Amino acid sequence: MALDDRKSDFTFVGTRPNRPDGLDKVTGRAKFGADISAPGMLHGAVLRSPHAHARIVKIDTSKAEAHKDVKAVVTRADFAEVPFKPGLEGEFWNVLENVMAGEKALYDGHAVAAIAASSALAARDALKLIEVEYDVLSHVTDVDKAMAPDAPVIREGAADYSVPEGMHPNVVRYHESGHGDVEAGFSEADLVTEDSFVTEATHQGYIEPHACLGMLGNDGKGELWCTTQGHWIAQKTCAALLGIETSQLRVTASEIGGGFGGKTTVFIEPVALALSRKANRPVKIVMTRSEVFRATGPTSSASMDIKIGMKKDGTITAAQGVFRLQGGAFPGAPGDMTAMCAFAPYNLTNVKQIGYDVMSNRPKQAAYRAPGAPMGAFAVESVIDELCNKLGLDPVDVRLKNAAHEGTKASYGPTYERIGLVETLEAAKAHPHYTAPLKPGQGRGISCGFWFNHGGETSVSLALSEDGSAQLMVGTPDIGGSRASMALMAAEVLGIPYENIRVTVADTASLGYNDVSHGSRVTYASGLATIKAAKHAVERLCERAATKWGIPTDAVKWEDGCAVPSGPNAGDFDPMPLADITADMGSTGGPISGHFEATPEGAGVSFGTHIVDAEVDPETGKTCVTRYTVIQDAGKAIHPTYVEGQYQGGAAQGIGWALNEEYVYGEDGRLQNSIFLDYRIPVASDLPMIDTVIVEVPNPGHPFGVRGVGETGIVPPLAAIANAVSNAAGVRMKQLPMSPPRILAALKGNG
Amino acid sequence: MVEVHLWSGLRSLTGGQQVVEVKAKTTGELLRALVHAHPQLQAPIDAGVSIAIDGRVIATGLTEPIPEGSEVYLMQRLRGG
Repeated sequence: MALDDRKSDFTFVGTRPNRPDGLDKVTGRAKFGADISAPGMLHGAVLRSPHAHARIVKIDTSKAEAHKDVKAVVTRADFAEVPFKPGLEGEFWNVLENVMAGEKALYDGHAVAAIAASSALAARDALKLIEVEYDVLSHVTDVDKAMAPDAPVIREGAADYSVPEGMHPNVVRYHESGHGDVEAGFSEADLVTEDSFVTEATHQGYIEPHACLGMLGNDGKGELWCTTQGHWIAQKTCAALLGIETSQLRVTASEIGGGFGGKTTVFIEPVALALSRKANRPVKIVMTRSEVFRATGPTSSASMDIKIGMKKDGTITAAQGVFRLQGGAFPGAPGDMTAMCAFAPYNLTNVKQIGYDVMSNRPKQAAYRAPGAPMGAFAVESVIDELCNKLGLDPVDVRLKNAAHEGTKASYGPTYERIGLVETLEAAKAHPHYTAPLKPGQGRGISCGFWFNHGGETSVSLALSEDGSAQLMVGTPDIGGSRASMALMAAEVLGIPYENIRVTVADTASLGYNDVSHGSRVTYASGLATIKAAKHAVERLCERAATKWGIPTDAVKWEDGCAVPSGPNAGDFDPMPLADITADMGSTGGPISGHFEATPEGAGVSFGTHIVDAEVDPETGKTCVTRYTVIQDAGKAIHPTYVEGQYQGGAAQGIGWALNEEYVYGEDGRLQNSIFLDYRIPVASDLPMIDTVIVEVPNPGHPFGVRGVGETGIVPPLAAIANAVSNAAGVRMKQLPMSPPRILAALKGNG
Repeated sequence: MVEVHLWSGLRSLTGGQQVVEVKAKTTGELLRALVHAHPQLQAPIDAGVSIAIDGRVIATGLTEPIPEGSEVYLMQRLRGG
């Protein structure tokens, strides 16, 4: 999308007004997924496989169906026939198979049947009446073992065109890219370091479990209320899985208690609708925390080999990475994204990256902020840190020396437009944190990180009221403050106060299609659409003013919330405020609105640099992050407080991922830690104050220069923390999480 | 004519070529021309691709113009969280 009207001087954008949802959230008035009920409502519960891999021989639901409290029981037979296709092409089939098992249970927690009953307790109790006969099969949950020749096959025929011949059927996609000649590059290096790294799967850890209320009649018309990052994709997917027309299902997104990528698909929503269709009553399902861990979408786990050559002056001569990602029992692990992002911060003459998407007997992975990128950054930035240590070089200077900039050929192919990595590194070098003295036992780590960001299909509608206020309807659930940033951008164009604009996340029947709130796209794409919709309304306002003044429309321009004559021949009229035009709009041509629908294609990539200090207790292996600074390019921060919150949130989640969080599977393939007591996310006392620096290198693809900020912030933390811990402990940490037992083992191994 | 740079994993579908020259004025024309030149490219295109024009990543749009002399890269379609 060509932009010739970029703006750099702002009145409202860049200020920090109160959040519009603040009162609702602190008073409990905000309605989340589980906060709704309907007359005659039933409660649903899902029966889940206790086996990691098993053929379903028989499901007998007769006893459950006979129970007085049970109003409906569904199995796979109650969903539409979606044909199997390999790879991501068959995503509807993959989602259906994940929502309700077909011939096989593919992981511990896989749904096999569901019940609707008159109470939640009755529904859970009645699950025990369903008899399932399983033929237990051998399983695999580790990525390297899943690729081995003797690994059990999860599903034959799931691999797509890209997989080289001879690979195990569990390898379902393959990516290879790069440029130059890495072998020639390694031969030019003064030092070549090669190492392997492992990360475990983690969960996004959103506080609100999945919850929904579904109503579907036998006429094929339905309503769905759910907590989701994208209600149009929920609409489209549920309609496909239930065999109804998309437009006959109206989906409303609740307030969302965190998603981070994990609520970009459906799990219980089609089940609630299928139960409702059978019982002819509304059905509500709320997941337990254990169900969230066992049966929603954690990240991939990863196994990676990195080789980097460097000259004594810090110049990287060649870089190579192999990234194997396990994504559960379905295609989709983002090995390609890991590969494409891993070396993206650097200006490399010779680079090669290979990514594998591998299936195993685990839940279907879902996105988690910059999916795939944090693991790759951990491996690559660890090797760069090791090279800096061995060659006695400053880690920021080395990154500056090799940093990508405008005109650099990216590791994934194209030439970069204007980007802001160098600015984040210069800010890191100038930050007091970087030169602050360390205490004995402490170490400092640096890492850069990259993420693409995204545009996506977007619709926005804006309507003016007679009193001069405005209502703005967007279709992207507010997962990070977007109602505030949309209001600020609309205020900037309309010239009316932020407080006079109410932003609503519209349901699927009230607005055109919107992609999911993912890919750090909302402030970019919904923001661009908001600006365009507001400009559309301003054009109508100028037309009305021109008519009132009796001058041509092109003789009127919009300034500070008023129509004013443009040019010396337009006439001498006092500025006409927006509210004066809307006051009688019903009699001067009708309601004044603006709208915009498009797929913006100018999302700018973004970079960040993190500085971390960590302290390791050699007796217990406990790590404490003592200081943390996030520096990231936002393009333009619309509401800086929310931007800082995104930066701090990325660091906090990264601290959890790096130090404690992991999916632990037993020998039986069952998840061992499916509650927050055993899966340890960071709490406030685990975190230092996280300082932030917002760098603003405007994105040429957005009218106000916005780049997405939601995902890049989680790319550097794993590596920056690992580098800090490794430097504190005096031993290179190659496996995440760096939990106390692993730290102690590493210290022991190092003598 | 537009020189389209492919990712190296696609060389097995183009007889070893990593740069394919096609005639196209838009992103949609470019994808059709690529399949015409190398029918095996239909599979990766169906699986999802993005096109970078002078560094700007076009995620899905088929009507984006390709200016004369542009640098054009075919990329795997991006996914986000």
